[in-house]
Amino acid sequence: MKNRWVLFVPLAIMGLLFGAFIYRLVTPAETLIQSQWIDKPMPLFDLPPATAGVPGLKSSDLADGRPRLVNVFASWCIPCRAEAPQLEALKAAGVPIDGIAIRDRPEDVARFLSEYGNPFDRIGADMQSSVQIALGSSGVPETFLVDGKGIIREQIQGVILADQVPEIVAKIEAMK
Amino acid sequence: MIAELGLALLWIAASLACLSLVAGTLFLRGGPKDLAALVRPASVAQGVLTAAAFGLLIALFVRSDMSVDLVARNSNSLKPMIFKIAGTWGNHEGSMLLWLMILSLSGALIALFEKRLREDTLVATLTAQAALSLGFFAFLLFSSNPFKRLPVAPPDGQGLNPLLQDIGLAFHPPTLYVGYVGLSVAFSFAVGALITREIGPAFARAMRPWVLGSWIFLTLGITAGSYWAYYELGWGGWWFWDPVENVSLVPWLAGAALLHSVAVTATRNALRAWTVMLAVIGFSMSMVGTFIVRSGLLTSVHSFAVDPERGTFLLVLMAIYIGGALTLFALRAGAVAEGKKFALLSREGALVINNLLLTTILALVLLGTLYPIVAEAMGEKISVGPPYYNRVAGPLALILCLVMVAGPLLSWRKDDGKRLWSRLPASAFAGAAVLFALILFGGAVGILPLLGMTVAAVVAVASLAPLWGRTLRRVPLPTWGMVVAHFGVAVCLAGMGAESAFIKERLVAAAPGETIRIADFSVKFVGVKPVAGPNYTAIEGSLIATTASGGRFTMKPEARTFPGLMGTAPTETNEAALLTRPGGQLYAVLGQPVPGDDGRADRYQIRLWWKPLVWWIWLGGGLIALGATLSLLGRAQLPAMWRARRHRKTQERFAP
Amino acid sequence: MSLRLVLLCLLGALALPVAAQDRLPPAPYAYQQLNDPAKEARAKALMEELRCLVCQGQSIADSDAPLAGDMRHEVRSKIAAGESPDEIKAWLVARYGNWVTYDPPFDAATALLWLGPLLFLAIGGWLAFGRFRRGDGDAEDKA
Repeated sequence: MKNRWVLFVPLAIMGLLFGAFIYRLVTPAETLIQSQWIDKPMPLFDLPPATAGVPGLKSSDLADGRPRLVNVFASWCIPCRAEAPQLEALKAAGVPIDGIAIRDRPEDVARFLSEYGNPFDRIGADMQSSVQIALGSSGVPETFLVDGKGIIREQIQGVILADQVPEIVAKIEAMK
Repeated sequence: MIAELGLALLWIAASLACLSLVAGTLFLRGGPKDLAALVRPASVAQGVLTAAAFGLLIALFVRSDMSVDLVARNSNSLKPMIFKIAGTWGNHEGSMLLWLMILSLSGALIALFEKRLREDTLVATLTAQAALSLGFFAFLLFSSNPFKRLPVAPPDGQGLNPLLQDIGLAFHPPTLYVGYVGLSVAFSFAVGALITREIGPAFARAMRPWVLGSWIFLTLGITAGSYWAYYELGWGGWWFWDPVENVSLVPWLAGAALLHSVAVTATRNALRAWTVMLAVIGFSMSMVGTFIVRSGLLTSVHSFAVDPERGTFLLVLMAIYIGGALTLFALRAGAVAEGKKFALLSREGALVINNLLLTTILALVLLGTLYPIVAEAMGEKISVGPPYYNRVAGPLALILCLVMVAGPLLSWRKDDGKRLWSRLPASAFAGAAVLFALILFGGAVGILPLLGMTVAAVVAVASLAPLWGRTLRRVPLPTWGMVVAHFGVAVCLAGMGAESAFIKERLVAAAPGETIRIADFSVKFVGVKPVAGPNYTAIEGSLIATTASGGRFTMKPEARTFPGLMGTAPTETNEAALLTRPGGQLYAVLGQPVPGDDGRADRYQIRLWWKPLVWWIWLGGGLIALGATLSLLGRAQLPAMWRARRHRKTQERFAP
Repeated sequence: MSLRLVLLCLLGALALPVAAQDRLPPAPYAYQQLNDPAKEARAKALMEELRCLVCQGQSIADSDAPLAGDMRHEVRSKIAAGESPDEIKAWLVARYGNWVTYDPPFDAATALLWLGPLLFLAIGGWLAFGRFRRGDGDAEDKA
């Protein structure tokens, strides 16, 4: 046999395979799909009010010079309930918050707001997730930091935790 | 007491594996022959004890002993008995015990029945098998103990996933497991033969029935799994190129390649090192697949945490076994002469190309499955799915089928093209006829289904060629096996091609009384009514399908809701209704109610598919398994033994 | 999904909870075909290669998840409005990255994925053809 090195090729391939396995065991997969629609303008939309008494939301509302949060939520989303106090805290710190309610009914949204508080200036009803898809969002809750020109600057996936609040306030301040 | 006894049996079986390993190793390093005599009985006892432990676990599930953690998490006293039993292997710990039982029983079977191998090679094989099982014993006993007791027994168990409460699925995993783990025998044979340097036709002939046997189970398991996914998931897909499907396909591909290369080694004493390599790859891929599934390595977004400790444990085990076998191969295979050479145009030549294509497909399936990890390491998140596999593996599979047309018609060592060509006109004609018919009457058919159906026709006719001009009664069983299996490939391919080319889909929100037209059927939606099963409630739709020729069939798809047990969330499943006709299947699913303008749910979503020839896919899978079984019956020593006995008896009778 | 789902179920890892879901009916085009068969065929082909973002490795064409239904609605609506499948795919990739498509593009990161099989075939072929005897196969050799 001339090419004895050939016999070690399977071992080398196994090494590569195991390298991939070890890499994955050491650095577990990122399970959230991040939006690629960052540093891009808000997609165009015009959503009707999600419930009586709170105005709807359209993209031109988001370019009024004031940086703000756009919170993607739903009344049927259980983690969203846990997020409510943090949104209240952000509101109290002077951060404007708009909401997009995903696949929700007006009476459910009203009940959610009465139970967990209403930090939202406006809430658009996204009945078919079309704005959510246009934002590159894949779950609830998600929060987008939007600057005064209506450009999306950052996406926060999942519940905003209490210790993230000051950081977010600072970021919004910096955008002013 | 049952749980404690089961655990004790496992420990004893593990120590027997340890005994085989030590005794076998000492013997192979020149120790006394008495040591070798220990290995056979120890292997048999290990198999019996592990099987007994598995039996005890089943008993715990049957008795719904909720003081055992595993039973409490995976069973419920209200569940039908058959699903209580199936619950034994419907979880991590139980299925690992099943894995181990098959591993140990395989060792016991080798010890009992294998008479063709040289004694030292047999001992080396059993030692390798004992080494394999010892690692999995450690895995089970130290990180996945199925017999663990709970400090306080809950009043009842958390049930089993309703998707698993299906008779087909209850027996699909064990079938697949027999196939996966059966390949361990080929692995141990290869390691044994490398240790004693006995690689030749005798070794190949001894290994062949074991490979055939496990491959039959792999084929059946994959076929059954595909059919399960088809009718249970409610969308009519039969293959998704999903990572978990892929890792079950990879050992099958390795087994298919091994079956063919072992034929070359057994008949012509060629491709020796390659056959050994494939035998190592086969079980390695079974382990890699199990690792990938168990460690949660490739579960995608929104997946659930799987214990990383178990993953690490399995990875270390695999590194020892696969790394050890491959190192042994690298060191020893150089001394293994490759055996006799042959011309490209010969039976061996066709089988080499078969192996090249099968291993390339194997490699690309593995590459596609693992590539998202590589891409993520490079900073990009990608998905690899059907478009990739169809585009890359599809053409290779079609070329493979064409090689399959020629292979059985070629003679060993050397053949000439003219002789081959003279045997092909009928199949070439069949292919041309199908191709023209499809182009003329088929409408817009995609290139892959078009070629698939054409190649299927060629293969179907050519696969029967080895029978032409022969007395069918005299054709040996292995040849029958090859013919049936190759014909099965053609049937399967035709089904796949026809289904993807001519599928019809109708998605309708229908009110009771409405009629939906699909293909040649008029399907009338009669209405819905609530029904109650043993542990679920359901809305049952009633559909009446009438054909143009006046046939009238009732279809009853169900939307089932399983209540959450012990605080778990309720679960919904779709039970599709299937109407099998000679030309294909009509597939009906009852979806959600659709509220009308007045808010009342008067209409229901109905999903209908007409799937031409779809059942040929599984018929083909069954034929492939049947062919392999015929081949196994022909190869095993049974007929020979039977003949020899009859011969002896005849002689005795006429003895003076 | 299929076998993966099966095996995940075997691990007891997966249940399909209906609790945390909305109660809205699905979007119109989630479960309804386009009237034009040619357009529907284009939409169907595209949906089969788009990944459901909240499922266990399913395409949006065969998932009952609400978001998958909404994505089907999005795709069918855009096709109905005259957009081409490639435009829609690009639109989605701009938002979700290449994760959303099961048909990875050929670029630096995926070169090995697409060329790997060819490379393997070439190396394997080179090794295998060394086995064949050139010319006649009559003389027995000593190997």
